[in-house]
Amino acid sequence: MAIFNLNINGKSQQVDADPNTPMLWVLRDHLDLVGTKFGCGIAQCGACTIHMDGNAVRSCQLPVSSAQDSQITTIEGLSEAGDHPVQKAWMEHDVPQCGYCQAGQIMTAAALLQQNPNPSEEEIENAMNGNICRCGTYTRIKAAVITASQNL
Amino acid sequence: MATLNKKLDRRSFLKVSALAGGGMVLSFSWLAGCKPTSEEELLAMPKEWFELNSYIKIGENGVVTLFSPNPEFGSNVKTSMPMILAEELDTDWKNVMVEQANFYPERYDRQFTGGSQGIRQGWTPLRTAGAAARHLLVAAAAQTWSVPASEITTAAGIIEHKASGKKAHYGEMASLAATLKVPEEVPLKELKDFKIVGNSKKNVDAQKIVSGKPLFALDHKVEGMKYAAIVHPPAFGMKLKSFDKSSVSGMAGIQDVFSIQLFKDDYGRNFFDTTTFPEIVAIVGNSTWEVMQAKKNLAVDWEPAPESGFEMAGFGGRENIKVTVPSGLENTNRHKEQMKEFITKPGNVARKDGDPEGAFKKAAKVIEKTYSAPFLAHNTMEPMNCFADVKGDKAVIYGPTQAPESIMGTLVQALGLPKENIQINLARMGGGFGRRAYSHHMTEAALISQKIQAPVKMVYTREDDMSAGVYRPAYSATYRAALDENNNLLALHVKAGGIPESPLHANRFPAGALDNYLAESWDIPSNITIGAFRAPRSNFIAAAEQSFLDELAEEMGKDPIEFRLELLKRAENNPVGERNDYDAKRYAGVLELVRDKSNWNTPAAGVHRGVSAYFCHNSYVAEVVDTKIVDSKPVVEKVFAAVDCGVVVNPDAAINMGEGAIIDGIGNAFFGEMAFENGTPSKTNFDKYRMIRHKEAPKSIEVHFVDSKEDPTGLGEPFFPPVFAALANSLYKATGKRYYEQPFAPQLEMQNLKM
Ligand code: FES
Ligand code: FES
Repeated sequence: MAIFNLNINGKSQQVDADPNTPMLWVLRDHLDLVGTKFGCGIAQCGACTIHMDGNAVRSCQLPVSSAQDSQITTIEGLSEAGDHPVQKAWMEHDVPQCGYCQAGQIMTAAALLQQNPNPSEEEIENAMNGNICRCGTYTRIKAAVITASQNL
Repeated sequence: MATLNKKLDRRSFLKVSALAGGGMVLSFSWLAGCKPTSEEELLAMPKEWFELNSYIKIGENGVVTLFSPNPEFGSNVKTSMPMILAEELDTDWKNVMVEQANFYPERYDRQFTGGSQGIRQGWTPLRTAGAAARHLLVAAAAQTWSVPASEITTAAGIIEHKASGKKAHYGEMASLAATLKVPEEVPLKELKDFKIVGNSKKNVDAQKIVSGKPLFALDHKVEGMKYAAIVHPPAFGMKLKSFDKSSVSGMAGIQDVFSIQLFKDDYGRNFFDTTTFPEIVAIVGNSTWEVMQAKKNLAVDWEPAPESGFEMAGFGGRENIKVTVPSGLENTNRHKEQMKEFITKPGNVARKDGDPEGAFKKAAKVIEKTYSAPFLAHNTMEPMNCFADVKGDKAVIYGPTQAPESIMGTLVQALGLPKENIQINLARMGGGFGRRAYSHHMTEAALISQKIQAPVKMVYTREDDMSAGVYRPAYSATYRAALDENNNLLALHVKAGGIPESPLHANRFPAGALDNYLAESWDIPSNITIGAFRAPRSNFIAAAEQSFLDELAEEMGKDPIEFRLELLKRAENNPVGERNDYDAKRYAGVLELVRDKSNWNTPAAGVHRGVSAYFCHNSYVAEVVDTKIVDSKPVVEKVFAAVDCGVVVNPDAAINMGEGAIIDGIGNAFFGEMAFENGTPSKTNFDKYRMIRHKEAPKSIEVHFVDSKEDPTGLGEPFFPPVFAALANSLYKATGKRYYEQPFAPQLEMQNLKM
């Protein structure tokens, strides 16, 4: 166990954890930020996507020891009132079915639009391909990303 | 008039302090129509609630709380069921808050999500509950204003007596209404007066979902809670021999290791008591990561499980089923050989019309094709997990379950507690697809908690979830058609079976449309656990039947839609046999609608199209799939679906369901497959188990509803079975090859296509 100083959603946080503990579980178990989801644990599904210095990363593969000097943003910190253009577009298109994958989808989409505010359909498909939605909301996800890009 | 059941006569007066009220306020979903953005809205929380029945309570300020009875796994029941209540209550959706009801059989009927029956079976009870509450509010106003109830009207939560100009909102009459006698019968609205049902409403949990609020059992946490992981046998046909606690006891954060047994010896299992491994090892510790680490280190010995058996209650009160679990380690290659052997053996005759044998003897031509599909894993996005707090003689279980009523019986026997002492709370599920009807994870968490006498959250890894599955069975079906020298269809013969159950629906189309028809089934016992998977049995037999009909139509020189319509005409006008489980007219209706909407005869340039239709869960769906080969890659351009599911409660959500089921079907048709080697599942995570991803989804999907006044029928499942054949038939047009064996990707790859 060791103490780690983290910057999460603009707040400094200290956790005492094994250095190999993935950020996914630090967020969920230590910091009660449960919006970031566990789906596979091996960087295959995207449910655990967070932002590290603005890039979408899989928190299940990010040891807490590597997260110390970075700005981490989770779904809870994407916007204060849940009104980021991506979140609004998700509601407008009524994207979620079960909803479990959607935080990860939204974080991936938000990072994409941050870097590329006007993605082509193909760029959207490529960026979103790492996020599995078992309920099959892909067509709505794409429509919502397009709407969000128009409302940035 | 709808007759009221006694569950509606349960009214009380609930005082809650809005802001200081802790638990109650915190558990609310926000107003369905809008999101809480301001202090003002928080203050809009009523000070007192008046309960008009189990489903409805109204605050003095007119805010309405509707309890959604069924567990939500993504099919929108948590929004759609309250819409039905709100419709008959005649309230304004903007004033509605929705709360997930907990498991409470004394208050709610059929708290089960599965079989696409939530809305169908909830339709009348929910309408009646809404109408009964409205009746009480009107009666309260009549009494207060001393006017006849018959002169009072309601609209959007406002009660009005036009003649005297008196007006009040529901909240003003709620306290009196809650004391009045519930009528014996209440009238229901005419469909033409519906204002909420039939008009799309957004998912009531959307705001929480997109902002990452805790909604799932996996998100639940209480003070002093421990975490648990499980270790189960590595193969079907194996069981626990021993484990060495000392192998992990020194590891950081590990508190205890023990084994648990799900069923007592004399316990008679219920229908959903399918459990992959009835004895497993539990590791308890301080965090998820720590128990998952210990899992890898635990020294365990397994041994072959002998043949065993048990008796299980039939579904919905049907007669008991004797289940034999054979011993041995099974292999997919052997399964395939076994299935081939059954094709040539006579099966169990499930239906016979006319003289099929004679017709085949006379035939100028016989076409015979065999279709197959592998086991499938459900792979719900949220792995199995459950929170349990069992202390002394009380238990609180909060978990993802489709079938709380079934698991209650299991919990009673496993915990040795009376059911009054067990509270099951219903979490939103991160997917279900049938898998969470088998809620053994709840029993596991409960037993772990009972042992440590502390709250615990048990979490499966993805590997546990995929390798301790309750899989969709492996299936095979052989279709034969007898044609005369003029290509007239003389007879049809289907022989279908599976491991360990047959997918046959002997009385569905095309039964009833053919003078000579024979349906046979067979099954092969197995120790691999199987269970319901989105449209059980239909999800395979539709693929086989609708692919065969396509090939048959081609052989007969007919348009595939025309051919099906001819058969359906026959079934409608002059049906063969006593029992045909479908309405031929409604069936034809969806084919005609999809033909029309897809411009069937004039496909877009460069696309290859296939059609398919199926009836299940009381609904009819026809689909047209358009594929294209782009840079040697099969691409699904567009899917058109036409559905007849009666009245559509929440149209946009219904379309979402249709889109999801179509994507799910395309994914499973292309890639879905679980194999076994010496009893061990061949895939344990998404690196090997290929799921459909964003790029592989159709570019667009159009869903069209038949305009219907019939009561609503199933929706979550019926879109799924027809996709497989519509895709296969379209791929045939694109590549010139028929696809008999699921998944299709390996065959497409052999044709030098990129998958
Ligand atoms: S949980 Fe991290 S990618 Fe699946
Ligand atoms: S909405 Fe259920 S997994 Fe995406």
